[in-house]
Amino acid sequence: MFEILKKQELNPTVTRMDIYAPAVAKKAEPGQFIILRTHADGERIPLTIADFDRETGRVTVIFQVVGATTERLNHMNVGDCLQDFVGPLGRATHTDGLRKVAVVGGGVGCAIAYPVAKKLHSLGCEVHAIVGFRSKELVILEKEFEENSTRTVKMSDDGSWGTQGLVTDALRTLIESGEQYDEVITIGPLVMMKFVCALATKYGVKCVASMNPIMIDGTGMCGGCRLSVGGKTVFACVDGPEFDGALIDFDEAIERSSMYRDFERHRYEESCNLFAKEVE
Amino acid sequence: MANMNPKKNPMPVQDSAVRSRNFDEVALGYTAEQAMDEAKRCLNCKNRPCVAGCPVKIYIPDFIARVAEGDFAGAYRIIAEASSLPAVCGRVCPQENQCEGKCVRGIKGEPVAIGRLERFVADWHNANASGSVERPAANGHKVAVIGSGPAGLACAGDLAKKGYAVTVFEALHLAGGVLVYGIPEFRLPKAIVQKEIEGLKALGVEVVTNTVVGKTVSIDELMQEQGFEAVFIGTGAGLPKFMGIPGENLKGVYSANEFLTRINLMKAYRADSTTPVQHAKRVAVVGGGNVAMDAARCAKRLGAEVYIVYRRGMEELPARREEIEHAMEEGIVFKTLCNPTEILGYRNEGDRRDPKNGFVTGMKCVEMELGEPDASGRRRPVVKEGSEFVLEVDSVIMALGTSPNPLIKSTTKGLATEKWGGIVANEQGLTSREGIWAGGDAVTGAATVILAMGAGKNAAAAIDTYLQGK
Ligand SMILES: Cc1cc2nc3c(=O)[nH]c(=O)nc-3n(C[C@H](O)[C@H](O)[C@H](O)COP(=O)(O)OP(=O)(O)OC[C@H]3O[C@@H](n4cnc5c(N)ncnc54)[C@H](O)[C@@H]3O)c2cc1C
Ligand code: FES
Repeated sequence: MFEILKKQELNPTVTRMDIYAPAVAKKAEPGQFIILRTHADGERIPLTIADFDRETGRVTVIFQVVGATTERLNHMNVGDCLQDFVGPLGRATHTDGLRKVAVVGGGVGCAIAYPVAKKLHSLGCEVHAIVGFRSKELVILEKEFEENSTRTVKMSDDGSWGTQGLVTDALRTLIESGEQYDEVITIGPLVMMKFVCALATKYGVKCVASMNPIMIDGTGMCGGCRLSVGGKTVFACVDGPEFDGALIDFDEAIERSSMYRDFERHRYEESCNLFAKEVE
Repeated sequence: MANMNPKKNPMPVQDSAVRSRNFDEVALGYTAEQAMDEAKRCLNCKNRPCVAGCPVKIYIPDFIARVAEGDFAGAYRIIAEASSLPAVCGRVCPQENQCEGKCVRGIKGEPVAIGRLERFVADWHNANASGSVERPAANGHKVAVIGSGPAGLACAGDLAKKGYAVTVFEALHLAGGVLVYGIPEFRLPKAIVQKEIEGLKALGVEVVTNTVVGKTVSIDELMQEQGFEAVFIGTGAGLPKFMGIPGENLKGVYSANEFLTRINLMKAYRADSTTPVQHAKRVAVVGGGNVAMDAARCAKRLGAEVYIVYRRGMEELPARREEIEHAMEEGIVFKTLCNPTEILGYRNEGDRRDPKNGFVTGMKCVEMELGEPDASGRRRPVVKEGSEFVLEVDSVIMALGTSPNPLIKSTTKGLATEKWGGIVANEQGLTSREGIWAGGDAVTGAATVILAMGAGKNAAAAIDTYLQGK
């Protein structure tokens, strides 16, 4: 079974977990994801592989508590086992031939941006990590980014950490100051990625965005994860999760992501109540 | 003396008004008396057209004769010689095109209810047979089976019975393929599929879920690093098609696979499910096959008013007759000779944050009429001029067929496939690669449970010959 080896709270709503899954660790590459279920009858949720160790069979995931399933996952502890854990799914980040890249992460998306930055950095690529959070309490992986990039630009909405402003402000400043990137890779909230891609495209820089739509199987069987890219329908779980940011229909993706908002809010409240009762 | 009643013994069913609100099995099965009475309708004719109509050549008149005598165990032994999944096939085979379509009694009246008898015998066996199976002596050979649908299960079962160490690798968290994620509980109770899988495990088959072959491990690794001497690919045809019309990515548009997976595999119909599914008020299901009927009947059970939208006529519906009849009894409306051209969505231009934005509000369709016959011999539907209309619905389910997933092909060197994605395999299922067989929907494209099961059995026999000769 898929045992939880380590659990660490990165901030009040974001947790890092190491899971024992040797078959996944053996094949994992940055940019890929897994699907897990916490318990029998549980929901299948995709999480990006944040790190892995082929030797020890460890796969690291970082998740934000946003719904009933992540809430339940967050209540599991070292020694507990996950019901299911399948992967690695999706295509790995394409890193060939990149010499200078801006990795732009926002919020918990930084957990996904981090392994990409790490891989590029290890390949000798010049990595400018632009990471943004709403405020200081929500910052994650600060040290990891500093260790795995040539330059780390820290942004926060309220100015409590790094510079006040949006990641797009930082990216614009860098590009305008003459930095020439082979590629901008962005991972974070859809609205942020939409603007990062628009900005990069405006300056003629290729931009890749990592998409995380609603998924079920993660094998290309249901089409629930579909997106429009360059006017064509693609399945994020098998064709992605990374796509050319200039071609993604972000407005459609934003709309589709809210399909089950009411259901999820309801389930989340229920599960919070349930856990509150258990604590009483 | 043969029972000369021109009609089949009717199948006891749940009342349509009741069943259209629950997910329990619709058809309840014959009693022993009904089965024996029905069995006596068989004339036991010499040339046995029914056997010729059966894709796996079950000795139908022989098992029916046993049923007529009340020897149900004997009947089961005869069926089991040719079929691995009688409780499943008795429920889901398109008998009207196979055995029953050839039955002599069908010329002047209704054919013998062969499917219902098969189901009766299999259910009787499941309820009465003593559970203990003997594990055959191991013969020391390892075989990998990829995919746990009917093709994979049949292949694994036959090989295990011969003493092979068989491991089944399945991508999802649950084994069974379409039998668990596609076909709904009310048509095929999942306990039956579970029982088949438990039976395989008792024979020593190892079932490894959560393994996407091509991602978690490749076929070449299975053969070169893990010591599997032969591989059977039974990965089905899971890739859904869309029409490519505007509005297909609106909220409320599903592929049938997604809708059915949410309901069947993830149990979204239960109040306590953690997986959501839209409970729409009015649903259009596009397509006319079994998949369309299943999606429509599920939507009905979730409380919707349901339309089947199909571009040919009633006669051409490819679904099993019984499913069409059941769907009609349950109040599903058939809009045949009708084709969608666009899906319409809500858009509040004044408020981009309106949560209703992007949800389906209707489907634009045109009426069709039948023109000249096309290559398939069926009259081709052509658009009736000026017939455009909008069907008001808040959900659309696309049941247009599926094709094989390209993952196996793209990760297995030298595996030949057809242009449309099907794996190339000969009669026995041998592919272009030595030691690799394939069968079921992965080879034929979306077909039937019995053909997949038959392909799995054929391949098992060929794998046995291959490994014994090695
Ligand atoms: C809704 C629906 C209703 C149907 N109704 C009927 C009916 O009434 N009668 C009838 O005869 N037929 C029916 N069919 C068709 C029938 O179910 C299929 O023809 C049959 O299941 C095919 O069997 P299979 O073993 O080839 O593949 P499947 O049943 O599709 O099983 C393939 C399995 O392989 C797994 N897999 C795929 N890729 C990989 C991989 N890379 N690694 C590991 N595992 C993998 C899949 O997850 C799946 O579990 C229906 C189909 C559907 C979808
Ligand atoms: S999650 Fe089902 S096809 Fe991508």
